Amino acid sequence: MLRVDVDKQLGAFSLSAKFEIAHGAGALFGSSGSGKTTVVNMVAGLLRPDRGRIEIDGDVLFDSEARIDQPPHRRGIGYVFQEGRLFPHMNVRANLDYGRWMSGRKRHKAVFERVVELLGIGHLLARRPGGLSGGERQRIAIGRALLMQPRLLLLDEPLASLDSDRKAEIFPYLERLRDEAGVPMIYVSHSPEEIRRIATVVVLLDNGRVARIGGTEILGASHSEFA
Amino acid sequence: MFELTAEEWTAIRLSLRIAAVATFAALPFGIATGWLLARKDFWGKSLLDSIVHLPLVLPPVVTGYLLLISFGRRGFIGSFLYDWFGFAFSFRWTGAALACGVMGFPLMVRAIRLSIEAIDQRLEAAASTLGASSIWVFATVTLPLAMSGLIAGMVLCFAKALGEFGATITFVSNIPGETQTISAAIYTYTNIPGGDAAAGRLVLIAIALALVALIVSEWFARRAGQRYHGS
Repeated sequence: MLRVDVDKQLGAFSLSAKFEIAHGAGALFGSSGSGKTTVVNMVAGLLRPDRGRIEIDGDVLFDSEARIDQPPHRRGIGYVFQEGRLFPHMNVRANLDYGRWMSGRKRHKAVFERVVELLGIGHLLARRPGGLSGGERQRIAIGRALLMQPRLLLLDEPLASLDSDRKAEIFPYLERLRDEAGVPMIYVSHSPEEIRRIATVVVLLDNGRVARIGGTEILGASHSEFA
Repeated sequence: MFELTAEEWTAIRLSLRIAAVATFAALPFGIATGWLLARKDFWGKSLLDSIVHLPLVLPPVVTGYLLLISFGRRGFIGSFLYDWFGFAFSFRWTGAALACGVMGFPLMVRAIRLSIEAIDQRLEAAASTLGASSIWVFATVTLPLAMSGLIAGMVLCFAKALGEFGATITFVSNIPGETQTISAAIYTYTNIPGGDAAAGRLVLIAIALALVALIVSEWFARRAGQRYHGS
C-alpha cells in the first residue's frame, strides 16, 4: 500500500495530491504537465515535497511534520525513467548489477537469469548502452530497476520515447513483469491504451490535483478530454 | 651535440619528478574544487573561483613571493610546518613542487570543472534510486564520467609544472640538483659564456616533453569519448 499526501510549489505550478494505491498495478494518468513525474520523483525521493507525508507498507518515507525524509538510496524503490538513463561507461551487465552491487548483496544467479530471460536481453550483456536501440535500452532499464529487488517499481512513461513498433515490442514484457515479477508497480502515462493494458487502479491527475481515482473505466470518460 | 651532461640529466630528472609530484599532490584538491565550483552554490563562490584563477593572471614572481612569505622558513605557514613536523619548503625541491602545483592548479580545476558540468545529473539521480549513497554516486558515476577532463587537467598541470619558472625561482631559487629545473637550467646556461649548446639541448628536450604531453592528453580524451559512444 502506497499512501501519498503531498504539496509542492514549482514556480507557477502548484501540486497538491492525495491518494492511496493498494498492492498490484496502479497507474498515474494525466496530460503532460499534470504533475505525474513530480509525484513519482517525490515518491522516489528525488524531489522534496513542501509539505506532506509519503508511506509505503507502513514505512514512512517522508513526513514534513515528523521531519522524516529518507534519502533516495535508502527507499528501495525501483525507478524506470522515460529516457532510460543507463550508465554509458558500464556495459549492460554492469548496469544490471549496479543495484545489487550498491546494496552489497551476493550475486544470485537464478534471479539474474530470470530477469534477463523475462526481458529477453541475454544477448546484450557484453554491449555498451551507446550502441543499443531505444527498445533494448528501455528493457535494460527495467531489468536494472527490477534487479535491485525493489519493494515498489515506478515506471515513468517508459514507452514515451519509442515508436509504435518498439512499444509493441516492449509491451508483452511489461505485462509479464506485472504478472510474474511479483513487484507492485506504479505506471505513469498519458496514454489510456497503455494504462488499460497494465493497470487495475488509476489515479487521474489534472493540473496538479487528483481529479478521480478508480478502475480503468474512468479512463473512458476522460479519453477525449485528456489524450 | 646530443651528449647530455650529468648536470643536464639532473635538471631533466628533477623537472619530471617535481612536475609529477606537483600534479598528483594537486589532484585531490583539484577534484574537490572543480566539483564544488561545478555543483554547489555557496557564499563566496565567485571569490573562491577568483582565488583559484589568480596564479593564471598574476605575474609568476608575485605568486612566488607570496609563497615565500607564507611557506618560507619564517612564513606563517612555513614556520609552523617546520616547528611541528620538521618539514621545509624553502630552497628544497618540495618547494619547487609546491610552486609548480599552485601554478598548474587553475588549469587543472578548469578542466575538471568543465567535465563535471558536462555530466548529465539525471544519471546521478538514477544511481541514487538504485541504492548508491552520494559518495558511491560520486565514485561510480561522477568520477568515471569526468575521467577525460580529469586526465586532461592532469596533463595540463604537468605541462605547466614542467615549464614553470618565475614562481619557482622566486620561491626556492635556482640550486643545481635541488631546485634547478629544465627552465632554470636554460636560464642559467644562457647567462654564461659558451652555454648556448647546453641551452639548445635543453630547449629541444623541453619541446619534446611538451609535444608528448599534448599527444598523450589527446589520446586519452579520444579514448574516453569512444568508450561512451561505441558499443
